[in-house]
Amino acid sequence: MPDKQAVRPGYNFAFLDEQTKKEIRRRILKAVAVPGYQVPFASRELPIAQGWGTGGLQLTLALVGPGDVVKVIDQGSDDVVNAVNIRRLLLQTTGVKTTEDTGAATLIQTRHRIPEERLREEQALVFQVPYPEPLRRVEPSEVKTREMHAEADYSRLWVFLYEDIVRWREITIGAQYPVLVNGRYVMDPSPIPRWDIPKLHMAANLNLFGAGREKRIYAVPPYTRVEPLAFEDHQFRVESFDGKHCAVCGSTASFLDELIDDHTGARRHTCSDVAYCAKRHQLLSENGPGAGRQTGNETGGGA
Amino acid sequence: MDGLEITDVSSCDLSGRQDHRVPGEPMLRVRGLTRIYGRECPDCVPRTGPEAGSNICPGCGSVVACAGVSFDLYAGEILGVVGESGSGKSTLVQCLYFDSAVTAGEAYLRNYREGAVNILGSSAQEQRHIRHHLMGMVYQKPHQGLRLDCTAGGNIAEKLLAAEFFHVGRIRERASELLLRTEVPLERMDHLPRHFSGGMQQRVQIAKALANSPPLVFLDEVTTGLDVSVQARVLDLIRHLHRELGLAMVVVSHDLGVIRLLTDCTLVMKTGRVVEAGLTDQILGDPQHPYTQLLVSSLL
Repeated sequence: MPDKQAVRPGYNFAFLDEQTKKEIRRRILKAVAVPGYQVPFASRELPIAQGWGTGGLQLTLALVGPGDVVKVIDQGSDDVVNAVNIRRLLLQTTGVKTTEDTGAATLIQTRHRIPEERLREEQALVFQVPYPEPLRRVEPSEVKTREMHAEADYSRLWVFLYEDIVRWREITIGAQYPVLVNGRYVMDPSPIPRWDIPKLHMAANLNLFGAGREKRIYAVPPYTRVEPLAFEDHQFRVESFDGKHCAVCGSTASFLDELIDDHTGARRHTCSDVAYCAKRHQLLSENGPGAGRQTGNETGGGA
Repeated sequence: MDGLEITDVSSCDLSGRQDHRVPGEPMLRVRGLTRIYGRECPDCVPRTGPEAGSNICPGCGSVVACAGVSFDLYAGEILGVVGESGSGKSTLVQCLYFDSAVTAGEAYLRNYREGAVNILGSSAQEQRHIRHHLMGMVYQKPHQGLRLDCTAGGNIAEKLLAAEFFHVGRIRERASELLLRTEVPLERMDHLPRHFSGGMQQRVQIAKALANSPPLVFLDEVTTGLDVSVQARVLDLIRHLHRELGLAMVVVSHDLGVIRLLTDCTLVMKTGRVVEAGLTDQILGDPQHPYTQLLVSSLL
């Protein structure tokens, strides 16, 4: 039940007015009905600046109900300023329960990562998207890109990938790797690392993408095919952390951040997903080594 | 104008010609193709044309770029379209390659749904499919047909990728094959066409047009703007490719020399109408229409 104490008086539940929430929900329904298709919506002014997750936040505000448990992460961490501010805003306008535990959350707003813990059917993941248009790399005109999507004309994006391979022997796109959704629309998965791309494929949870500045909503509904664009002889690869492990929890099957000590210059790696790391760490210290043995099931992109 | 209902036009059945065409059905049938720019009025077509001496409608000021163009093109055959600037030659091929919408008219392509569908009335997706799988186009200016900021190989790849050919190794194999055939040095495959000479750009464009081995290729003033020796090589190349691959082509040119060298049949156009059509030899040897006579007699 919502925490009445935390709620600031004078605001509608979840900040936005009911009409706005209704409109956004309608757009979400359309986005779910046409996986990967960018649905335009009237992005509203919010008490945070555009470019700081207003698209994702509007989706969260339109979806959140009094019974929800919300988690907000930024690059895998719950404690970064962007995540903290958004969580506070949610708390002060709704009073809903918040959590850092991925498994306990019903609604997760994220910036640039998908949690390592595999999400379930009843959970929804909301992405903050800076640039929703995957064809922008090759075509500056919005009129043209919409036409290209309508006709499934993706040859120019393919040429871009081809030239990348010719020049560098592999596709150099690190984050924001273009994917084909449900065999129809090419979609920008927001700047998640390649590591997270396989987690979108046939995911049990609903994935929603919101771009506030660009005024677009799109979605990958549960159990939808999501295939990274790749050539028959140049397969898609995720980042390799061969021989590296998390310095805190020892994980070898999660996306790792490299940390460099300012004084000694020593390098170490830790899990990018902080909540996942803490959970494993706790499990290890409670039950001794071996308790946190990884099956590789937690991550879609382990191999 | 009467006499423009030319239906048996280009069935130039020269006996004994060794080629790849299947007798009987034409590969491309065009009927009454019309393109008018501007507000149209009912008088546009009757009040323009060779008799009126203009393609601008005196009633509404619309430009009748071409009107009532009909012809048959058989597999392996080359059709020339000749006429002065502004006679509607380029508009004709642009309409057939779907670069420009038509005002009226029909076209049927034997390789697409057994020739039962009017391709000019198809949806944009279908037209894109036809364009990428069954047609090639070489424009007058290389920058119209090439992306100058993509490599030569990338340009050829675009056509292959559009036809769902997703294997880098095989794309490069095919691109080398085409560049070899069009005499572009292979070392330049990964260079930008922006840095190529005009003749080489034109050859890359031809390679791109041929990437999917389309049965039908449009050539729009391909040699205009090239110097004479390069012109000769490009024409030679086109003749070779035609002989080897048995393509059907529509060659647009204002240069009767090019028409004579390449084509089997010819349409002569003036102010948006076909004024004479038939075998190229016949037209050049015994021109009937005063305009054709003028054209032939002014040939240097």
